[in-house]
Amino acid sequence: LRNVKPVPYYAPQVILAARATKSEVDMLQACPLAALGRGEAHRVASNPPIAVFHTDDGELFAIDDTCTHQDASLADGWLEGDQVECPLHASQFNLRTGAVDAPPAKLAVRTHRVVVDDAGMIIVELTDAEPNLPPRR
Amino acid sequence: VKHVAVIGASLAGLSAARALRAQGFDGTLSIIGAETQRPYDRPPLSKEFLAGAVTVDDLALERADEDLSADWRLGVRAERLDAAAGEVYLSDGGRLSADGIVLATGASARRWPGPQPRTGVHVLRTLDDALALRAELVAGTRLVVIGAGFIGAEVASTAVALGAYVTVVEVAPTPLSGPLGVQMGALVAGLHSSHGVTLHCGIGVTALLGADRVTGVRLTDGRQVPADVVVIGVGATPNVGWLQDSSLDLTNGVHANAAGVTSIVTIVAVGDCSAWLQPHTGEHRRIEHWMAAQSRPAIAVKALLAGPSHYEPVRERAPYFWSDQYGVRIQFAGHCRVDDDVTIEIGAADEASFLAVYRRAGEPVAVLGVDQVREFTRWRRQLS
Repeated sequence: LRNVKPVPYYAPQVILAARATKSEVDMLQACPLAALGRGEAHRVASNPPIAVFHTDDGELFAIDDTCTHQDASLADGWLEGDQVECPLHASQFNLRTGAVDAPPAKLAVRTHRVVVDDAGMIIVELTDAEPNLPPRR
Repeated sequence: VKHVAVIGASLAGLSAARALRAQGFDGTLSIIGAETQRPYDRPPLSKEFLAGAVTVDDLALERADEDLSADWRLGVRAERLDAAAGEVYLSDGGRLSADGIVLATGASARRWPGPQPRTGVHVLRTLDDALALRAELVAGTRLVVIGAGFIGAEVASTAVALGAYVTVVEVAPTPLSGPLGVQMGALVAGLHSSHGVTLHCGIGVTALLGADRVTGVRLTDGRQVPADVVVIGVGATPNVGWLQDSSLDLTNGVHANAAGVTSIVTIVAVGDCSAWLQPHTGEHRRIEHWMAAQSRPAIAVKALLAGPSHYEPVRERAPYFWSDQYGVRIQFAGHCRVDDDVTIEIGAADEASFLAVYRRAGEPVAVLGVDQVREFTRWRRQLS
């Protein structure tokens, strides 16, 4: 885990960090690290929703929560190593890259940078890439 | 191994080709597919695709940037295997010589065994089947589905949502009693009547009526059910006829060991055409789940590349399948038997959402989830 400058607690979930390096970085407070055990996932009900994973090896990853194949929450999926398997149709995504490791999905999920602030809160820095959302039905 | 021929270009064949490359095979890779389409996903054919909610492009299994450096021969059938010579004879007159062969020819929908009207009678297995059925499923159509298995139930569910009048006829007293057991099979089959579909159980069909166009079906008790469209959903048979000259055991699928290797060590079998040895029962069983076609090829390819002296025991996850009907997500994992104890652990039988656990001698052996995705996945993981 990389330590960054403390991010103070804000009540609204989406906060804009005033940073010189990037004009506007969307940041989400996910949950306290202490509340997310190894092997567990947390779904942030943002738009689109984000899934934060704490792997058995102690790493934290954040990806888009919605499977790119069909509307399913990857936070409900099967976490193994640095992969998550969609709980419905078993598409597998690499948590480091977002790439599809197994079908039926074909499009990657976005990955987001994760940091833990000095207060122990998991912060997700949203990427500015376009999400790959599943076909509407 | 210098040349591997993958016979079959659906999920199992594609997964085998991917696994070969992922495991470092850099020799010649030939992929033979009887259908003209690139590999596509079949589960949506009875659901979203039949409903018109997704396109042919959505069904494609390959990614846009994917390149397996393979010699694809689509619209070509394998017609004969000379196992001793490692040669596969093709329907276009060609012949392939390979020192590794992956059998992934899948299965074909069982058709109506007797005489049938020229039009209006369908099976559902391929993209062409789905396109033909979709063209006839308009609002007001009277549809009779023969067989209340998963394909039949999904077609009924999609058709009723399109405005068809649907009757399902099932010869067994309880639908889905094989995969889900009697108690849960009855519960899941209750979705039909609660969504306006008529279900006749314990009754067979003796004839499809009509000369040119189907007009109905006759039941074993003499009743007639009028129909504009009939779908036959009574299972599938493995595509192994072309292997008859080989020495392979073809009793309900190509017999293979628990790593997919057949009695000829340079030949492996995967997907719906294969019957792998189940170590816990000592029997060969054909598992027709999508998940098996996706995950087992990597095991078989590993054994093929390693050669006969390197078999490792394989630990597989519990078998898993799903079905979407009437907007309900049905998920099942594990092995169930008729004498298992089934208890509902979340929700209740009369609720829209519940989770049931199957136990044998007190140990959980299978789990059924109905709109319980998160808890089902936890249980599925525990079973593995």
